[in-house]
Amino acid sequence: MSPRVTFATAARVLTQLRRDPRTVALLLLVPCVLVVLLKEIFADEPQVFQHIGGPLLGLFPFISMFLVTSITMLRERVSGTLERLMTLPLHKLDILLGYAIAFALFAAVQVTLASVVAFGLLDLRVAGPKWAVVLLAIGNALLGMSLGLFVSAFATTEFQAVQFMPALVFPQLLLCGLFVARSSMAEWLQVISAVLPLTYAYDALAKVSAGGPYGARFVADVAVTVGSTLALLALAAGTLKRRTP
Amino acid sequence: MAEPSIRVEGLRVVRGGKVALDSISLEVVPGIVTGLLGPSGGGKSTLMRATVGVQQVASGRITVLGLPAGSPELRSRVGYRTQAPSVYIDLTVRENVHYFGRVLGVSEAAVDEAIETVDLGAESAQIAGRLSGGQLARVALAMALLGEPEVLVLDEPTVGLDPLLRRDLWDTFHEIADRGATILVSSHVMDEADRCDELLLLREGRIIATGTPDELRRRTGAEDLDSVFLRLVEGDA
Repeated sequence: MSPRVTFATAARVLTQLRRDPRTVALLLLVPCVLVVLLKEIFADEPQVFQHIGGPLLGLFPFISMFLVTSITMLRERVSGTLERLMTLPLHKLDILLGYAIAFALFAAVQVTLASVVAFGLLDLRVAGPKWAVVLLAIGNALLGMSLGLFVSAFATTEFQAVQFMPALVFPQLLLCGLFVARSSMAEWLQVISAVLPLTYAYDALAKVSAGGPYGARFVADVAVTVGSTLALLALAAGTLKRRTP
Repeated sequence: MAEPSIRVEGLRVVRGGKVALDSISLEVVPGIVTGLLGPSGGGKSTLMRATVGVQQVASGRITVLGLPAGSPELRSRVGYRTQAPSVYIDLTVRENVHYFGRVLGVSEAAVDEAIETVDLGAESAQIAGRLSGGQLARVALAMALLGEPEVLVLDEPTVGLDPLLRRDLWDTFHEIADRGATILVSSHVMDEADRCDELLLLREGRIIATGTPDELRRRTGAEDLDSVFLRLVEGDA
């Protein structure tokens, strides 16, 4: 592994992203628009917006980075550039970390922009520190990215890759506690929810929004989110094969 | 003759349930241009993939520069150009070559030199996706030439290029070989065979003949290399 190669890869991924200004604009503006919509649909019940606004802000990057990464990596696999990279003196971690740096930076911009809209213009209030929401959001971007890198190995076309979003992302959103508190779900749903990483990511965000408690459970939430990201990255590394049939 | 830099012994590769390479053995020496010729689907790309260490192998051995093919130590010493140009189509010519240059740790001057060698200096700021097929093929070639590799494995690098450029590139291959590098170039076009010093004819996963173009002509009594190939195939059947 070498910092030179890792940063070169991050720069390359960001340059590729920059070449597609429409995607960049969509990635940056859509969360802002959605936050405005969220505020407006709950115009009569502002407490709902205050309750779910913070966590939702932190979950956007998970969704968008999952999509962007799975497609980018799929292209890399299909176009042969990945095979070509595998013949070069580069470590698999250089690729994975390069991607991570690029998408973390991008997620930071994305979530900062959405936060300015939510906190600045829409008067969203969180009891905990706002920077913690931003930080957790970047963490969730990396979680989405790792999942995207991993599942890109199971898609052979972009159509398939896109379908992984309703298959793998929506159930996590439904079960994480954002829409319905986990405690009021049927027991079997709670069991499923307990093994999904987004549940913990949401929990941490909900605690920051509510101003605590930052006890052992909060630490566990963050630990599971980070741990899942690392585990998925390890799985993704396993799908980057130097030798193929 | 020099010590072989690529040694293939009893190599067998099965792809998609079909035998792609059937226990082949061969040697490639440095300092000359070795052509791997034969019809499409004959196993040329598979042999090249195995040489650079990205192909799963059923049995047999390949050593490159004395090391097992695919060894980490070889990655900066072997240049490879895949059959379909593996290029980032959303990056410019220079950004593509530059990225590989960063991975290999070569200088900016070396990046520019590789672009000049394939005659893409004027297109260096163009997005690869807007280039013609021949230009794209040359971007991939520039990426393979980076870092002056001791072994160059080039899978059909001149397909679809105009005759003038093809001649220049073959001259470049010979210049690189003259400096002591090993060059293995594949082609399914027989008229390119005459540009090689040594030939390996591969058909249906087997080596059917090896030798210089003149040797093969003498052996078969044929004038042009197309007929040489036909006679060898018919004699082989």
